[in-house]
Amino acid sequence: MMMREVAVIGIGITKFGELWDYSFRQIGIQAGLEAVYDANLSGSEIDAMYVGNMSSGRFIDQHHVGALIADYSGMASNHIPSTRIEAAGASGSLALHQGVMAVASGTHDIVVVGGAEKMTDVSEEASNFILNSAADQQWESLMGATFASLHAMIACRYIREGYATREQIAQVAVKNHLHGSLNPKAQFQKPIRLETVLRASMVAEPLTMFDCSPISDGAAAVVLCPMEMAHEYTDKPIKVLGIGQASDTLALYQRDDICTFPATKVAAQKAYEMAGLEPRDIDVVEVNDDYTISELLALEDLGFYQRGEAGKAVEFGETEIGGSLPVNTSGGLKARGNPIGATGVAQIVEIVTQLRGDAERRQVKEAEIGMAHNVGGTGSTVAVTILGVA
Amino acid sequence: MPVARFWRDIPSRYNLYGSRCGSCGKIYFPTRHICPECRRSSIGRMESYRLSGKGKVYSYSVVHEAPPQLAVLKPYVVAIVEMDEGVRVTGQLVDVDAEKIDIGMRVEAVLRKIGDEGPSGVIHYGFKFAPVPD
Amino acid sequence: MEVGIVSYGAYIPRFRITPIEIGRVWGQDGKAMAKGLYINSKSVPSPDEDVVTIAIAAARSMMRRVDIDPADIGALYVGSESHPYAVKPSGTVVAEAIEASPLISVADLEFACKAGTAGMQAVMGQVGSGMIRYGVAIGADTSQGAPGDALEYSASAGGAAFLIGSENIIARINSTLSYTTDTPDFWRREGQPYPSHGGRFTGEPAYFKHVGEAAKMMMERMGTSPADYNHVIFHQPNGKFPQRMAKMLGFTDEQLSRGLLPPMIGNTYSGAVPLGLASVLDTASPGDRILMVAYGSGAGSDAFDITVTDTIRHFNLAAAPTVASMLENTREIDYATYAKYRGKILMKG
Ligand SMILES: [Zn+2]
Repeated sequence: MMMREVAVIGIGITKFGELWDYSFRQIGIQAGLEAVYDANLSGSEIDAMYVGNMSSGRFIDQHHVGALIADYSGMASNHIPSTRIEAAGASGSLALHQGVMAVASGTHDIVVVGGAEKMTDVSEEASNFILNSAADQQWESLMGATFASLHAMIACRYIREGYATREQIAQVAVKNHLHGSLNPKAQFQKPIRLETVLRASMVAEPLTMFDCSPISDGAAAVVLCPMEMAHEYTDKPIKVLGIGQASDTLALYQRDDICTFPATKVAAQKAYEMAGLEPRDIDVVEVNDDYTISELLALEDLGFYQRGEAGKAVEFGETEIGGSLPVNTSGGLKARGNPIGATGVAQIVEIVTQLRGDAERRQVKEAEIGMAHNVGGTGSTVAVTILGVA
Repeated sequence: MPVARFWRDIPSRYNLYGSRCGSCGKIYFPTRHICPECRRSSIGRMESYRLSGKGKVYSYSVVHEAPPQLAVLKPYVVAIVEMDEGVRVTGQLVDVDAEKIDIGMRVEAVLRKIGDEGPSGVIHYGFKFAPVPD
Repeated sequence: MEVGIVSYGAYIPRFRITPIEIGRVWGQDGKAMAKGLYINSKSVPSPDEDVVTIAIAAARSMMRRVDIDPADIGALYVGSESHPYAVKPSGTVVAEAIEASPLISVADLEFACKAGTAGMQAVMGQVGSGMIRYGVAIGADTSQGAPGDALEYSASAGGAAFLIGSENIIARINSTLSYTTDTPDFWRREGQPYPSHGGRFTGEPAYFKHVGEAAKMMMERMGTSPADYNHVIFHQPNGKFPQRMAKMLGFTDEQLSRGLLPPMIGNTYSGAVPLGLASVLDTASPGDRILMVAYGSGAGSDAFDITVTDTIRHFNLAAAPTVASMLENTREIDYATYAKYRGKILMKG
């Protein structure tokens, strides 16, 4: 139970993709300012900032991005606390949760949460190498396991257990590219065919290039405040109903069963309990499809489908916009793009957009409760957030 | 990678030394100083334990996109191997044609180069897995 | 004190390339090369293999076949001309990998193709004098020939390890001697990737003189003649040289055949005579007598007179792969793959 109810009153997001013209600080500021304007703030009301970022130190040789973002947002003279949070792919969600707890506890009133990653300033090889460090560097990456190959091993086992077919896994990419084509901020704007996924160049068998989320630049931001103050800033405040965070072994091989992420189950359980809700109450969900296979695990671990049912659900269109549970309406990590530290915050931006009814061509009808599910590593950190129309 | 980081793991890299909990007997790889099952009662009771090196493939993937250091091996096979002691380990499979690999295949640890620090840097040796001859 | 072989292990990488394939690339008659050298294929190490990994594979097989405490090994020498480091021993990795360290004397040896047998002599001396209980001598190489050079048809990879001691000996080393002169028939200067050689000079004044003299001196010392030996193993830079040597000394093809590996694997340099001996021991019977003569360019020959003992009946050969099994489990590669594996393609730094 939270001490104070928390609302999202502003959102901002950059275009995701290869943003050659923009630096890390530029995209960070762009998303932040958009969120601040969206919340009708002047800026001086801001009490604190949290920045989700995985590896600016290796992508742009810049640590200390909390102060950097605060400074270039014009906050240096206000001397507000600004904190950078890191949990690989879950960095953005953890920053959000820190912000939520800061507001809920009464420590701060107006908090800006940002997430940003600038990945294309290094080569693709270097970028993938940095991503490998989300796994166990000493006992996975050094042994030759790439981040993609760890997910490929999950897929290999998942298919062997009969939980889904290769085609059902690939269908996740087809669905998310379709959704991405409806999202002007998405990195990929074109629908693709199943054959395209299956015949694309192999990354780690059985996963091809189209099973993997891309390398992206991008930033997203949200503004939080206590629910009781929210109507001062917006007509459509979105309430944080529940949050949950969990961790697991850093290395995938240390798990008894690699076809499930127990941390997702635990984080979801906490969020459901805090919200007093169940899976069937969720109208729209953004899940961590860093690889196609990850989406199927997420849908099962979040309680939407029994094990072995998620693949069929995707195949039958249940997870498309218009289906019984629209999943990754933004295009997901797969098509919207996956600038690591920004992803968790971008998911919140999408859910808020849906709950406000502002999602235009990709709007889910009568969406009142939404969920975001964000993963760091191979299920080593998981954050689940449930939002609702206030 | 600084030489010391690799050097201090040599017993685990060459001979698969992990830990055995003196309290519950569970085996871990690599070394752990606390048993996740027993926690406090395991402190000071974790013993060094050498795995037999024999096991079977639990899952695997043929890797086509890899860091430059591994380019010459592409495509290579990475696997999670379930050791006979029950604990699992991640490593490459060598001396096997990709199409012959399957879940459940018997393998054993061999020692190979797992990387180096460039042409003038130290060479890292460590375990990989090869199929057990019939 | 009786000194001899307590255990041994061999290792040959799995990949093979044929002289025909090499000749195809360099516009040479590979078939004629194969016939002239009596090499039908040569072993090629995987990119993740080097002298250290080959030595370890052989040493681990050696340890599997006996039940001895690795802490009782007092010395370990790795003989090679392709040690992966110019400075930093291969042997320390091997000692650590078989858990024989830290109370052990380790050194890397180099004497072209006879560094492995030089190591055998060194540990024999220490065991015989009572300095150590067991010693390990390993000969291993991953030698390179310059692209298109005649050596490229033969230079291959492999190695064998021998545990020398005075208890539970499966093969007694009755005597050893060395015949050494300064004869520059083959060399590689520091920093050079490929060796150079004296062409036909490597034959008469080098290989045949040293191997022949050492063999004759050994038989003279032991009062033996070729007929007294069941097996003879000569250094084998190709299949033809040892055949000719055997004929010159009066040995038959049958005596030579068990330990003659170049037709299948090429020239494994420091691994050559050790692998030949491993191949002979794999199928040896008690009482078998072996004459073994190594040769290292530069130049010298180490000769050994060996008798297989009754203890070999109880030797746990099956605990590790035999030479024959490694000659069977192979995979042929093309020249492009070979060039990639052997670092002959200029990569981006
Ligand atoms: Zn325990």
